[in-house]
Amino acid sequence: MFEYLAKRLLYAVPICITVSALCFSLVYLAPGDPLSAVLPADASQEIIDDVKAQYGLDKPVYVQYALWLGRAVTGDLGTSIGSGRPVAEEIGQAIVNSLILAAFASVVGFTIGSALGMIAGYHSGSTTDKMVSAIAISGVSVPHYWLGIVLVVIFSVKLNWLPAMGAGAGGSQAWQWDWEHMRFMILPAITLAAIPTGIITRSVRALVADTLSKEFVTALRAKGLTERTIFVHVVKNSAPTALSVVGVQLGYLMAGSILVETVFSWPGTGLLLNTAIFQRDIPLLQGTILVLALFFVGLNLLVDALQPLLDPRISRS
Amino acid sequence: MIVMTDERHGPVVEVPPAAASHGYWRGVFSRLAKDKTAIGCTVILTAIVLAAVFAPLIAPSDPSVGSVLKRLKPVGEPGFLLGSDELGRDMLTRLLYGGRMSLITGIVPVALALIIGGGLGTLAGYMGGWINSIVMRTTDVIFAFPSVLMAVAISGALGAGLENMLLALTIVLIPPIVRISESVTTQVRSLDFVEAARASGAGSLTIIRAHVLGNILGPIFVYSTSLLSVSIILASGLSFIGLGAKPPTPEWGLMLNALRTAIYSQPIIAALPGVMIFIVSLSFNLLSDSLRSAMDVQR
Repeated sequence: MFEYLAKRLLYAVPICITVSALCFSLVYLAPGDPLSAVLPADASQEIIDDVKAQYGLDKPVYVQYALWLGRAVTGDLGTSIGSGRPVAEEIGQAIVNSLILAAFASVVGFTIGSALGMIAGYHSGSTTDKMVSAIAISGVSVPHYWLGIVLVVIFSVKLNWLPAMGAGAGGSQAWQWDWEHMRFMILPAITLAAIPTGIITRSVRALVADTLSKEFVTALRAKGLTERTIFVHVVKNSAPTALSVVGVQLGYLMAGSILVETVFSWPGTGLLLNTAIFQRDIPLLQGTILVLALFFVGLNLLVDALQPLLDPRISRS
Repeated sequence: MIVMTDERHGPVVEVPPAAASHGYWRGVFSRLAKDKTAIGCTVILTAIVLAAVFAPLIAPSDPSVGSVLKRLKPVGEPGFLLGSDELGRDMLTRLLYGGRMSLITGIVPVALALIIGGGLGTLAGYMGGWINSIVMRTTDVIFAFPSVLMAVAISGALGAGLENMLLALTIVLIPPIVRISESVTTQVRSLDFVEAARASGAGSLTIIRAHVLGNILGPIFVYSTSLLSVSIILASGLSFIGLGAKPPTPEWGLMLNALRTAIYSQPIIAALPGVMIFIVSLSFNLLSDSLRSAMDVQR
């Protein structure tokens, strides 16, 4: 068990280093000089050099990377060219907002997905199964940014039940646990949940159908166990895989919410990325992508670490 | 079966000559031809592709010419079968033309990734050793980025534009294809008949060409078709946030974004481009599922 975890951790180190290098190299992918965004067109050479030194752009690439990495490790991700505020500060609130949204969407996706998957898996081949499969494949095929617009049209424009954008009344960005803020969460969370719901439904359906066809289930039935007890066995056998699917999906939701956050103007990392891209704010782009990618790596690691606890067969193999 | 009686040997069973083997692919196609979903999706996709290709011939008007006086006409208005957009351009025309860009940006990255990723994966799987390690560990790193984030990061850093978006999508789609190609190649490579070919003196290239490719192309191809839906959604999504096609080019994602201002006055028109993306992506997904089950001989 310990050996398994240590191996996983060791394996994550080179990935983290390469991920950071890729994020750093984004500056060099970008056409033009990021400085041109902050400097007036007629800036004197003296000012240009001064600002270059301030951002560390006058040193060789590998030195820049080492310096950047050194600072990033201590939580200093540089200064946003657009707002002049520290990048870490900008990301801080945004990542909380994104995480809350992604967590809600995961809960929605997991609940609906598991329920539908169970039903379909238990009635494999029936009309119910076909209907659930149709819902699931629609969930993975739907362009979620469009689904968001459709939901806004129905629930905000036509019915006027829920707000169309933002995370709080009056453009408030700080999340609070009350109904006033919850209302803003509902539409984006449902939109974001479409894809994971589809994926989880399909995985759970396959898992349950597979478990039910196993010989041990026949043996349990032959022993005269009630359907309820057999259900517990099915859940025990499907849960580890289903949970790991959810874990990985949470990571995809965090990182993939840029389109949904743009539709709903949700003040999370996606909206931040959008701003960074269109203001050509490279430090902000770098920092946000680094944080999201490391979050994804960390989450995968966590899923790997938790899995043997749920399913002892894994660490043995 | 005909039973005849021979005078000297008693009853003789005449076995009809063995029917010629239909072959694997004929079996796959005959199974697909019985699959109503597969036929439906093929018909829809063919219609959309043909409509996009022949848009200049069938479109009722010019996709870039609008009139301020005819802005946001409802569906069914005379002269505007599907209404008009926020600049008074005919929606039907723009949806037909929009398919060109959206289909190209969805399909080209998958095709490129199939060639590059399939090649790399096959190489890694067949050669094994350090080549395998280099290719697969590099793939792992790109996999550490969720696909949407990676696509946004690359095309965001490179700047908006069609070429940059195609490049970003191709890079994102390569790793999954490499993984699949590597794993099927590794499986086939260790099969007895490949060993036999090697023992009888066949060179690596001959073995790959004659024995490996035929057995791995099917699974890799089917897997790639499942990426078409992802690619279409992502490509239109990037155009939606302004990283792909630029106005006034008709493109479904871009149209969806431009029409967001119209959700209060003409919600149906505002939703139309998304419906097209949805239909195409759903058809690709269903077709890919059908193809997979038609090719799965074990079932």
